[in-house]
Amino acid sequence: MSSLAGLRGGLALLVGLSTIAGAQTPSVRPIVVASKPFGESFLLAEMFAQLLEARHFTVDRRLGLGATEIAFRALRTNAIDVYPEYTGTGLLAILGQRPSPDPRQVFRQVAREFRDRYGVRWLPPLGFQNTYAIAVRRETARKLSLATLSDLARVSSTLRAGLTPDFIGRADGLPGLGKAYGVRFGSVRALLPAVKYQALAAGEVDVIDGYSTDGFIVRYDLVVLEDDQHFFPPYEAAAVVSPALQRESPAAVAALAELSGLLTETDMRRLNRRIEVDGIPIPRVAAAALLSVGLTRAGPAGSRPAAGDSGGGVFPYLWSQRSTILSLTLRHLLLVGVSLAGAIAVALPLGLALERSRRAAESVIRGVGLLQTLPSIALLAFMIPLLGIGVVPALVALFLYSLYPILRNTYTGVRDAAPEAVGAAWALGMTPGQVLRYVRLPLAAPVIMAGIRTAAVINVGTATLAAFIGAGGLGDPIAAGLALSDTRMILSGALPAALLALLVDALLGASERWVTPGR
Amino acid sequence: MEERDPAGVVLRAERVSKRYGSVLALDAVSLGVGRAECVALIGESGSGKTTLLRCFNRLVDPDDGRVLVDGADAAGLDPIALRRRIGYVPQDGGLLPHWRVGRNVELVPWLRRMPEGDRLAERALALVGLEPAVFSDRWPRELSGGQRQRVAVARALAASPDLILLDEPFGALDAITRADLQVAFDGIRRELKISAVLVTHDLNEAFLLADRIVVMRQGRVEQEASPAGLREAPATEYVRQLLLRARVLAA
Repeated sequence: MSSLAGLRGGLALLVGLSTIAGAQTPSVRPIVVASKPFGESFLLAEMFAQLLEARHFTVDRRLGLGATEIAFRALRTNAIDVYPEYTGTGLLAILGQRPSPDPRQVFRQVAREFRDRYGVRWLPPLGFQNTYAIAVRRETARKLSLATLSDLARVSSTLRAGLTPDFIGRADGLPGLGKAYGVRFGSVRALLPAVKYQALAAGEVDVIDGYSTDGFIVRYDLVVLEDDQHFFPPYEAAAVVSPALQRESPAAVAALAELSGLLTETDMRRLNRRIEVDGIPIPRVAAAALLSVGLTRAGPAGSRPAAGDSGGGVFPYLWSQRSTILSLTLRHLLLVGVSLAGAIAVALPLGLALERSRRAAESVIRGVGLLQTLPSIALLAFMIPLLGIGVVPALVALFLYSLYPILRNTYTGVRDAAPEAVGAAWALGMTPGQVLRYVRLPLAAPVIMAGIRTAAVINVGTATLAAFIGAGGLGDPIAAGLALSDTRMILSGALPAALLALLVDALLGASERWVTPGR
Repeated sequence: MEERDPAGVVLRAERVSKRYGSVLALDAVSLGVGRAECVALIGESGSGKTTLLRCFNRLVDPDDGRVLVDGADAAGLDPIALRRRIGYVPQDGGLLPHWRVGRNVELVPWLRRMPEGDRLAERALALVGLEPAVFSDRWPRELSGGQRQRVAVARALAASPDLILLDEPFGALDAITRADLQVAFDGIRRELKISAVLVTHDLNEAFLLADRIVVMRQGRVEQEASPAGLREAPATEYVRQLLLRARVLAA
């Protein structure tokens, strides 16, 4: 499937290039529809694609492109033809201009600037805004009589906030909120979207930032506090169209514009809920939505994305962030060290015990190995109801991921240690305990050490995911960088993490030589 | 321990049977080993010779029959203590690769908490023709195959056992080294008056080292005789063929 899609994509690119080169020939190439990597963007793009198909255009889907910077760069260079964007994002993230609170004015501004600077066209807005939404549990709102952000400011010092890392950092996020309303939370925790709603619902935090169309707001019966001073800029959703498509297929642009003004915020919250909460496949939700607004009835399936990169002065940035990076690295080391020590303390004795009861060994080890196949996000999300958020569940997850390599190597190493030496030790009168302690264990030491080394390196990498659950470490800048498509920020976490992995591996490698017997 | 066996019989198997699944490895085998005597168990793979050897130090426990060591039923003895007083030489030496030669040889004295284990180890090394000052501090991997096997013999002898069990001890060596070791071992054993059970598939080795030869086949004793007796009167066609193949008999 994916190779077919890749082939189709490659063909599309070839056709596209030849079309551009051959100038004004009528468009026979597929229209490349893209999205950014989150649910609503996927949904809108899928609606664009199905609408175009219903109007007899051929479509090539490239859903889930890196993020704003990558998607927009692709659009500007005609690598893609259309994707859904938000006016506030266009203004702030792409143009770097200060927003006005008036949605009409913002739209006019981005439409003009994008046309003039990039030849990119904003189609009239789809009809809804997806702006920041500060949400609390209904019970919190009732108890503290919260309806607006001004209300929130009164009691904010008693509340615990769980905010996405980019919201904490960007000017139109927490710092601006502080200035506009005087909001000062009692504590602030970095949480990624994947877990923040559950954290709020579980009572681990009291306030989160969401998006006004998030399906989880309905799912968890949350109260969105009104932005009574119009602090958040307008984020009207609209299709943005590449220069090439405007030139080659005005009919396609007209087809896309049919969707303008047809989607309300309530519609989107409901649609997003169907995707995020009910788990209904995006193509089906898109088809139903198009049907309900009276544009079509159709529904094929989508395919997968590609990614790009951004540039900039990495090393000056890293240098400027050195104290942050250092403290993140120390936190990272703490997570790795404690979880690895725990895994050694459990897996090593367990491996030795299993060597003595081999019948149980394979099934136990396979069971532990299954842990390895759990996606880490799923594991982290699963643990929130049990362990809450923060360092503890992160340590537990890392501990679980470290068990398998140590257990497997301990068991195999001890079992397969020089059988003739073990046989002789046995025949000359060693007790089982002596055989283990004086023969099997020392001979297995290099293999066990290799297992610990594997676990440590995996652990350093996996610990970057601790950011998803508010445990800090080098994953914080990686996650925030991914959300903001800021390569330098990603590297400020990824580079130290990579160096740490190499360092840990080298140190353990040295100790591996040290424990190797007869050297 | 009361000596019930006559004429200083140190080891006795009485109708010993051992079954592995559907295979009868030992079928009511009886055998005695006298004091200072060397008995060779010879036969093909699967004849039961190694299984019988392993019954003597309880690496294998028989399903049926019994094994007597110095007149005592082995089933009633602590297997660990039993093994510590019986020397053992495996085919591949079985040296602990992470221990130096000296420590390897000292293993049994150390396990038995004998005083001056290092001196016992040195004496045993000297006995097998390895200069302790030269070899004690070497790693097993630094030795030739013959030297390694000498160390294995020294290790079996270090605690001065009355009895040692050898499982094809020289089988993996080249002919010249093997001959050297066979002569050396024979000299030591006779000098120290040690009883020995030697498992081998090499009839010539059996003729060279053993006072008595037990030919085993399919878990049973095919013939038991002195070397001369075996040569002069092969009891079965199987034994005769064995002797022919080993060129003990002229065709």
